Amino acid sequence: MAKHILVVDDSVSIRQMVEVTLLSAKYKVTLAKDGQEGLDKCKKEKFDFVLTDQNMPRMDGITLVQSLRGLPAYQRTPIVMLTTEAGADMKAKGKAAGATGWMVKPFNPAKLLELTKKVLG
Amino acid sequence: MSIDMQQFNAVFFEEVAEHLANMESLLLDIDVASPNIDDLNAVFRAAHSIKGGAGIFGFDDMTEVTHILETLLDRLRKEELTLTSEMIDAFLQAGDILAEQKEVHQEGGELVDEDKIKSVCRLLETLSSDDGEKAEEPNEIPQNVVKKDKSISFLAPVDDDITSLFEELSQFGQLTSHSEVTDNMKIWLLQLNDCSATDEELIDSISFLAEPDSIKIDGVSRGDQAESFGFFDEQEEGDSSEENFGFFDDDKESQEVIEKKEEPQESFGFFEDESPKEKKAAESKQIASKEVVETEQGFGLFEDEKSAVKEKPSDIDPRPYGFLDGREEENVKPTAKPKKEVVKRTTNKPASTGETSIRVNTEKVDQLINQVGELVITQAMLMQISTELDVSEHDVLLNRLTQLERNTRDLQESVMSIRMMPISFVFGRFPRVVRDLSSKLKKKIELRMVGDETELDKGLVEQLADPLTHLIRNSIDHGIEMPEHRIANGKPETGTITLFAFYEGGNVVINITDDGAGLNREKILDKAKERGLDVSDSMSDNDVYQLIFSAGFSTADQVTDVSGRGVGMDVVKRNIHGMGGQVDIHSEAGIGSTISIRLPLTLAILDGMSISVAGQIFIIPLTLISESLQPLAEDIKSINGKGAVVKVRGEYIPLVALHKLFNIDTEITQASDGILVLLESNNKKIALLVDQLEGQQQVVLKSLETNFHAIPCISGATIMGDGTVALILDVAGLISESD
Repeated sequence: MAKHILVVDDSVSIRQMVEVTLLSAKYKVTLAKDGQEGLDKCKKEKFDFVLTDQNMPRMDGITLVQSLRGLPAYQRTPIVMLTTEAGADMKAKGKAAGATGWMVKPFNPAKLLELTKKVLG
Repeated sequence: MSIDMQQFNAVFFEEVAEHLANMESLLLDIDVASPNIDDLNAVFRAAHSIKGGAGIFGFDDMTEVTHILETLLDRLRKEELTLTSEMIDAFLQAGDILAEQKEVHQEGGELVDEDKIKSVCRLLETLSSDDGEKAEEPNEIPQNVVKKDKSISFLAPVDDDITSLFEELSQFGQLTSHSEVTDNMKIWLLQLNDCSATDEELIDSISFLAEPDSIKIDGVSRGDQAESFGFFDEQEEGDSSEENFGFFDDDKESQEVIEKKEEPQESFGFFEDESPKEKKAAESKQIASKEVVETEQGFGLFEDEKSAVKEKPSDIDPRPYGFLDGREEENVKPTAKPKKEVVKRTTNKPASTGETSIRVNTEKVDQLINQVGELVITQAMLMQISTELDVSEHDVLLNRLTQLERNTRDLQESVMSIRMMPISFVFGRFPRVVRDLSSKLKKKIELRMVGDETELDKGLVEQLADPLTHLIRNSIDHGIEMPEHRIANGKPETGTITLFAFYEGGNVVINITDDGAGLNREKILDKAKERGLDVSDSMSDNDVYQLIFSAGFSTADQVTDVSGRGVGMDVVKRNIHGMGGQVDIHSEAGIGSTISIRLPLTLAILDGMSISVAGQIFIIPLTLISESLQPLAEDIKSINGKGAVVKVRGEYIPLVALHKLFNIDTEITQASDGILVLLESNNKKIALLVDQLEGQQQVVLKSLETNFHAIPCISGATIMGDGTVALILDVAGLISESD
């Protein structure tokens, strides 16, 4: 069965781009427009992989990661943060929150798939 | 697999426009003295989102501007800097530039002036460092700014003399260098601070001496093959792919990099707690290839505590990325890969996307509207046929037909509402206009907007922007007085301009009211005489005010770049007429003026009166009919060479006979035998002679121009209930015909 990926980003265009890219590789994709919506969706169903933006209204990516790690079902789920800042500070925060990794924006579809394949095997 | 990135452009552009509009309105509302941190965060997020998207969709010019914008905003929201009104100005300017850049990408056309971009960027940078405690951390040095710090590495034969290259590079910025000898090659590591050259210029200089494939700028390989987007794939081909992105391999690369004193510039990574391969990684340090490996990886795994900080620049190295410190590796603890233990369990529950709106091409909406229009016509035809049926015999059918009529109307209303947009889309730009212009003219003006949720047709909303902007500029320039003048006249120092939109019948009315000086009757009359217009001192105020709508009319004492060139009110009037609307003006000296724009709710449907001449049906827009009457023969007066007039309650109104105008043979040629329909537009009236009134009905407008060509005095056509085509009269055209 196709792996189910949750994509959390406040930008419609980026959501669309990520969705189209992942769909092209036959993944199942669900979208959320901010951390809060992402968290709500994670509580309703189990995703195999969560890709989240950092800077979003209502709930940012770090908070989402922290909240997800607090859910029993998401203790081990890979969560990768999409971020424009790849500074040490941001990475330390991401790691502290429990994220599996990070990917710097801008990225292209090939890189995204590379990462996804790597994460989902 | 390849994804066409262009398919996302339209969405991205819309998104940018939204972010920019949002940013602008937030900026205009911000209280400079005590800014709300949430607002600053929201502005930051808007800039940040544009940057993120621009980067992904390849609009690098926009990335550059947003990056600098974001840097300043970031310091503001972290309260490292205090907000000033200069910053707001700079942000607004940057927003304008982004809007222009977006426009160029979207519509094509001339590129945005490079100098303009640079000057705004420089302004933002200056403001960013204004407080004298400019961030020292290399991390904070903007990456894409005009001047930046660059790290360059390349391989060159040991014997080569590269002093000339150093001289050349020194021209671009402050150069520091060190080198290491490996075999017969030398690895040069250069740091070029405040570099004014582009990467391409640097490569041009370096490639004379260096091994072309070995040149790297800021960790990015700049050999021929690496220039494309494909460096990531190539890397994979070059290496055994599984090893490229594992945490272990990350580390191996890092190790190699240590050897080369080169930090990999990863663009994704993983945080991992354990790595059994860690030891191997350490071993691989010894066997690491001497070649400079491709390190632009795109992503990676975080492996341990240390890797989280390994990106930090070391104390001795001012570079944004820094060299890896070997001692960090010794603390590495072997751990297991959590990704192997991912719980692979999904439910089949369909996911709701959570979107509350969808974006649809307007063509699709128009097509839908057209088709519903056809449906309405077909339904009307059925209704017409049904009137000939026997009611008792066909009562069920007739009932159902009535139901169909109701459903069709509902459907039509719903579909029409898709095209409706709140007028706030136009109003939204005016706070900026008022702010810019009033500060330029040193006037104090408050803008109030009421009823900006009023909806009207999208097409109308878009066309409204220009005329409204013009009217507001006029109010600011001519209406509102200078503060001292206002105080002297006992008015509040700050003038008020009010935009008020509301529904009235089938129309939307927009009033632009200012509490300024009002129109100057004397001045207008003088100008009119000067221009040789037919005026007299006994004209009513209203008639005098109408003069400002004549072509080329301006009462401005001198032409400024704000207004006064006289290409204004007549164009406004023409635009509004083109939209099927009307403009009115009311003014009182010393108290202020109101300009009133009255528009139909939509362009596609019209409330019409059908009239007939010799059996031919014509439609007149209902809003333009003031009354209909059967005149007495003695009220009709013909004037030599000027046609006829009709006397209505003491007022003489020009008479236009439709049958004469369109050359239709009809039995009714005398006004007293037919019906006169009084039409009013632009405060001018005519009496139109028709055979008879047929009835009132909503008609779906069909453009003649797109299907045939424009005809004088006809604004369009429609299909009637019986399937025949009826022409819609252009009242403004008829009135000017009578002049």
